[in-house]
Amino acid sequence: MDALVSQLFAGLSLGSVLLLAALGLALTFGQMGVINMAHGEFMMAGAYTAYVVQGIVADAGVSLLVSLVVGFLVGGLLGLLLEVTLISRMYRRPLDTLLVTFGVALVLQQAARDVFGAPNVDVRAPAWLSGAVQVLGVGVPKTRLFILALAAVCLAALALVLKLTPLGRRIRATVQNRDLAETSGISTRATDRLTFFVGSGVAGVAGVALTLLGSIGPTLGTNYIVDAFLVVVVGGIGQLKGAAIAALALGLLQASFEYSTTASIAKVLVFVVIVAFLQVRPQGLVSVRSRSLA
Amino acid sequence: MTARLRLWGGFAVAAVLLFVVAPGALSDFRLNLLAKFLCLAMVAVGIGLAWGRGGMLTLGQGVFFGLGGYLMAMHLKLADAGPGGVPDFMLLYGDGTVPGWWEPFRDPVVTVVAILVVPTGLAALLGLAVFKRRVRGAYFAILSQALAAAFAILLIGQQKVTGGTNGLNGFKSFFGFTLADPLNKRMLYFIAAGVLLAMVAATRLLMRSRYGELLVAVRDQENRVRFLGYDPAGVKVVAYATAACFAAIGGALFTPIVGIISPADVGVVASIAFLVGVAIGGRATLLGPVLGAVAVSWAETSLSEQFPSFWTYFQGALFIGVVAFLPNGLATLGQVWRRRRAGPGIREDESGQPDDGTPRSAPEASLPADAPADALPGRTA
Amino acid sequence: MGPQRKAPPLTRPLLRALVVPAAATLALTLAACGARTADEPEADGTGSATGASASCVDTSGDSIKIGFLNSLSGTMAISEQTVRDSLDLAADEINAAGGVLGKQLDVVAEDGASEPTVFAEKAEKLISSDCVAAVFGGWTSSSRKAMLPVFEAKNSLLFYPVQYEGLEASKNIFYTGATTNQQIIPAMDYLKEQGKTKVFLVGSDYVFPRTANKEIVAYAKANGIDIVGEEYAPLGYTDFSTIVTKLKGSGADAVFNTLNGDSNVAFFKEYKNVGLAADTLPVVSVSIAEEEVGGIGVDNVEGQLTAWNYYQTVDSPANEKFVAAFKAKYGDDRVTSDPMEAAYTSLYLWKGMVEKAKSFDVAAIQDAAGGVSFEAPEGTVTVNGENHHIAKTALIGKIGPDGLIHTEWSSKEPIEPDPFLEGYDWAAGLS
Repeated sequence: MDALVSQLFAGLSLGSVLLLAALGLALTFGQMGVINMAHGEFMMAGAYTAYVVQGIVADAGVSLLVSLVVGFLVGGLLGLLLEVTLISRMYRRPLDTLLVTFGVALVLQQAARDVFGAPNVDVRAPAWLSGAVQVLGVGVPKTRLFILALAAVCLAALALVLKLTPLGRRIRATVQNRDLAETSGISTRATDRLTFFVGSGVAGVAGVALTLLGSIGPTLGTNYIVDAFLVVVVGGIGQLKGAAIAALALGLLQASFEYSTTASIAKVLVFVVIVAFLQVRPQGLVSVRSRSLA
Repeated sequence: MTARLRLWGGFAVAAVLLFVVAPGALSDFRLNLLAKFLCLAMVAVGIGLAWGRGGMLTLGQGVFFGLGGYLMAMHLKLADAGPGGVPDFMLLYGDGTVPGWWEPFRDPVVTVVAILVVPTGLAALLGLAVFKRRVRGAYFAILSQALAAAFAILLIGQQKVTGGTNGLNGFKSFFGFTLADPLNKRMLYFIAAGVLLAMVAATRLLMRSRYGELLVAVRDQENRVRFLGYDPAGVKVVAYATAACFAAIGGALFTPIVGIISPADVGVVASIAFLVGVAIGGRATLLGPVLGAVAVSWAETSLSEQFPSFWTYFQGALFIGVVAFLPNGLATLGQVWRRRRAGPGIREDESGQPDDGTPRSAPEASLPADAPADALPGRTA
Repeated sequence: MGPQRKAPPLTRPLLRALVVPAAATLALTLAACGARTADEPEADGTGSATGASASCVDTSGDSIKIGFLNSLSGTMAISEQTVRDSLDLAADEINAAGGVLGKQLDVVAEDGASEPTVFAEKAEKLISSDCVAAVFGGWTSSSRKAMLPVFEAKNSLLFYPVQYEGLEASKNIFYTGATTNQQIIPAMDYLKEQGKTKVFLVGSDYVFPRTANKEIVAYAKANGIDIVGEEYAPLGYTDFSTIVTKLKGSGADAVFNTLNGDSNVAFFKEYKNVGLAADTLPVVSVSIAEEEVGGIGVDNVEGQLTAWNYYQTVDSPANEKFVAAFKAKYGDDRVTSDPMEAAYTSLYLWKGMVEKAKSFDVAAIQDAAGGVSFEAPEGTVTVNGENHHIAKTALIGKIGPDGLIHTEWSSKEPIEPDPFLEGYDWAAGLS
């Protein structure tokens, strides 16, 4: 029983990490169709932001909260820069954005290596996040609860922004029918930029959160990028709901396979399940109905 | 007919370069390096077909390259161990017995057939499953990338039968010829050069055939092709399987030439690296991928010697610069230049490009591959 | 779904397109082979054929070329750059002191790019094109395995500076890091001495951890220790909640950790977060040295154990000099670690062998190698002429709050290398 609960939790926790990593992608890939391979490097930038902020703000707790905000800005600004300089030229060539942003990812990784040095750096977790709390008789690390909550907050915030705010309406309008949105007086260029800023900003936040779990090094992003894309593909584009369900499902799947086999085999099995799943639902879990043939 | 003349002229020049000039001018070490580059170029030719012509961005060619390489390596290991013998790494890491599924590869004929059939068949099956369900564009790219990741993890995890991260290496002979002899290394180079030329010829024929037209049509307007009564999935599967076959042959030759095949040669990063040369050379052209792959590998080897960190920047910048600003690769540089000079009014038309993203059509004028329409076989039939 | 009718004209040209190149391939391949099989017999001693197998090392000038081959790019650059730094230091020191046999060292540096294939290629380049007298470098087992056939085929020398999984002894490689009976077995001895009876194994999924764990399992069986779990994470894996859950539920009283690189960080953070601690469930690590402690975070690993043959804190005059010279060259904030020390030592051992042999010739060095010793920072080390490993003292250390590792226990004397564990009865079935 204990093992079941703790595995359930491990799966949820893994799912929340995947969701954080994929949420920004659900926006930039899902809503805009841009395949941003540098998304992982924006996460890395967020993680290094936490490291830099910690050097300025001594208290680990305050520094974490400050980092979340600054990480959002750093990720967002990097994304904005990328959008303005490169991606805006290539909206009609989505596959090419994949290659271009892969080049950007290489450059950012090497830049991190040259600026911060090749060895990993460390970010201290605040005291109020160390240790575990008892949930249903199982010790659960506080950091993982924190990330779970953070993922939920980010998801809710993004969903609300999309649903309620004028910006959200503009984004949805642009996604559903770019030409009509434009003729209705929406500046689709400005909307694109804002969407990309927010999506990349969430990547920065994810990076800050990851400092609680793992290493902070130049290759941090590459560990997550493939999984994050899979989440969006399985979730179906155009809706955050799909990404959320997919992230949790994949997290639970990985954790349960891992418990019964090994971590390596589990990863392979998850891939197999995804390919099989896309046979049944090539459009993903949740998809926006449209009149297009694709 | 000048196009045809140019084509055969080009072939003749390439043959002279590969078979006469290079062996004469390069040391054994450099020639072997060139042989390795040629193997990578074989993968590039396939990618050019599947991606440039067919619009399928395959981020997982490492899987097929690796399958070819590992199948060959298994045979070489078994051959070195002698009849009934056990490869050295199995004694070290395994239980000292050869697993049943290894046994057939003691036979050289079975091995060669498997190299040609297994990866191609796997690609065909996968392609059928994926393309029939109309998974395409970015979805296909990400799936193929996941495939490469899964394949590498699987290879690493099964150390007892695959050598794990070490991969398979330390081959002594190649179908009875000892690999330590530089003359045999040269023979391998000639085989690689011949196979590459044959692949280019095959690709040229495929491109110019009615099938080639159909492939480009599927890339540009899949639905229209479907409405015309063709099955786009079938068309795509052929290109994908051919690309897989080329990659597998490249891998199979890579193994004895380089002397090692390991998971690092087949994973996500390696698979993307295959694309660099193709993108830079010109994805939809015939020779672009080959020249691009060879040039990039050569640059990597020589530049990274002096400036390891600079090389990474350079590679990233190449990707960004070429793909963003010269989407058809360096092969079309001349064409772009001519167009610029012809008049400022003529710009590259971006609005009509297809939804799955590849540039609409191969640059017609600059390439021998794109013969005038009246030269197409079957057009008059 | 559109109509799925096959269009008839498709097939014929397609067939033609495939048959013609197939025939062409065959013809060309045969032509290529045929051209070579005629002059295939090795008796046809052309210049190139004999030139490659014989050494091309130039010993006539007042300098001698040696090669350094480490990954300066890719995932292993983190670790291997430090080895390169200490090799450079050793070369500088040797040159300042008059060189080897009166010749200055001329270093040819290469980047292995963290890929075994590149290591093999660059090794061949160093030997055949640059004609170096010896090569120093490599880190991962896969890089060593990839280079081994090259060094054997070209009959050249490699000095490999990292602890590894054993079960290997090539006459063309000198192993200056520990083999298993100088690191892993002493660590198990230590755990046994501490009264630990339930050990949990966690490692990255590659050659070294799997082989090391095979040996640990055999050791445990013979020594009344239970292995209560054996888990592997893919390289670069960063989610350890499941593995740590298994660890927590296993009832283990010690953990043997062979994780590599980044995974260590995620593992130790998870370990700490679920409330495990070093004084109740200690972790012995064999891949965490001074360099890595900073990246994991001192507060995450303080009090944990490591097994090596050298720490920066080792108290000896040679080490004092080494650490001071290193910090003077690379900065006060740098630390020294076991692989760095082994690399530094390897260059001096080669110097000793050359001077004993009075020659740079490979065969002469191999003959002279046995018994060559050096007053290394870790203590006196001596080359074993049989298996080309070196006798080393095993040290179990504890990670202190200062981020350095302090010796907790040491073997009484240098342990003779035994890469195939021939001196251990329980290891009989392993190789």
